Amino acid sequence: AEALKAAKSTYAVDEALTPEKDVTSYNNFYEFGMGKGDPIANSEKFRPTPWTVKVDGLVGKPKEFGLEELMALPLEERVYRMRCVEAWSMVIPWVGFPLASLLDKVEPLGDAKYVAFETIVRPEEMPGQSGYFQSLSWPYVEGLRLDEARHPLTILSVGVYGKTLPNQNGAPIRLVVPWKYGFKGIKSIVRITLTDRQPPSTWNLTAPGEYGFYANVNPEVDHPRWSQASENRIGEGGFFGANRRPTLPFNGYAEDVAGLYSGMDLRANY
Amino acid sequence: MLTLPRKYHAASIWLLYAVGLVPAAWGFWLGATGRLPGNPVKEFEHLLGLWALRFLVATLAITPIRDLLGINWIRYRRALGLLAFWYVLMHFLTYMLLDQYLNFPAILADIAKRPFITIGMAAFVLLIPLALTSNAWSIRRLGPRWVKLHRLVYVIAAAGALHFAMSVKVVGPEPWTYIGLVILLLLWRPIRPRFNRWKRRDDGRPQFNRA
Repeated sequence: AEALKAAKSTYAVDEALTPEKDVTSYNNFYEFGMGKGDPIANSEKFRPTPWTVKVDGLVGKPKEFGLEELMALPLEERVYRMRCVEAWSMVIPWVGFPLASLLDKVEPLGDAKYVAFETIVRPEEMPGQSGYFQSLSWPYVEGLRLDEARHPLTILSVGVYGKTLPNQNGAPIRLVVPWKYGFKGIKSIVRITLTDRQPPSTWNLTAPGEYGFYANVNPEVDHPRWSQASENRIGEGGFFGANRRPTLPFNGYAEDVAGLYSGMDLRANY
Repeated sequence: MLTLPRKYHAASIWLLYAVGLVPAAWGFWLGATGRLPGNPVKEFEHLLGLWALRFLVATLAITPIRDLLGINWIRYRRALGLLAFWYVLMHFLTYMLLDQYLNFPAILADIAKRPFITIGMAAFVLLIPLALTSNAWSIRRLGPRWVKLHRLVYVIAAAGALHFAMSVKVVGPEPWTYIGLVILLLLWRPIRPRFNRWKRRDDGRPQFNRA
């Protein structure tokens, strides 16, 4: 990983950072396997450079961006909470830029309502994408409403802890939407498409009763198999100490984002 | 091992208890000294659950191993079953103490609302009478009823494998392996009387082909 220059952002939660060791070794990235330790163990063959991100669909100026061009955008360090749908959480210093600044470059058309994202498919470098047993169908896809995508909290991250992203964290570029469950943060993005229809999302396709399109962090709405009322903060408390804390609505970002969903039934749109 | 002299039988059973508890002790030591990565309590909880399932499978394998391979390890079955019980108990205690810190409303809500936890809890409760009657006195005392009671292990093993499979986001090769093993081991039970009859008949046949 190379060091990155990034301006400190005011978007920084005042909570202890999760140790870098945990942030880079306790991951869900099924392209590299289903275990939390699999991404770091199985991603060394992955080559995150050279890389391009194609931005197309309902835009005035579709374009394929080289990674260098994206890395040259003004980078910020954002310290965000990350809440996994599995009821654990971290506090992570991401380095990246607002997704809105990339969307501005391609000039979305008036009828664009949603943004679809797609992860790379490289079975020869991603062991989870090859072999007898495949956990999910590839490519991993995700989506946001355009207003969610344009929200200032939504970033494309190219680094963490002041350095370029390790492979296991979604190198070279990934989405971070801090008020949504972690699986919305699609990794190793190769394509971003603006559309007028709600795009498919991988976990929703896999188990529609368990994972919705919105996936906003919500302590009131349980996952069918576990409560979402509290979370384990990774790297805190150790073995005997208490590391379970209450989960906050919209992961603590309600003030910033609750307005996006006014009038919506969040129980139905989980 | 196959022809272990009788005088070592008792010692080998105690050795099995000791070795069987090593994964729990090892996991606890790793956790207590900060050597388990990420979410140490969950890691430990899952380790205990997996070993419980392994010992259940091993317990159920004793009979088919004897039927099919002619190896009689029946003297180890009680130890394997009790190890399964101890692991389930530790799995549950870890969940109660280290994971939920005795937050009883949350624990009761989990048991009532999450089918995989309900099933796991039921398996644990059903294991208790089996553990309590895993001694010579109970076997004598209960007679044929003991055998009937201990058939509960079939339900428990099935519930355990199901509990594991239902607890994961994607049912991968590992839970499928346990489901497959439990299905095979349970299927053997209705097959075995016929198989053993056939084997006995086979054994009784004059052995013309032997020189």
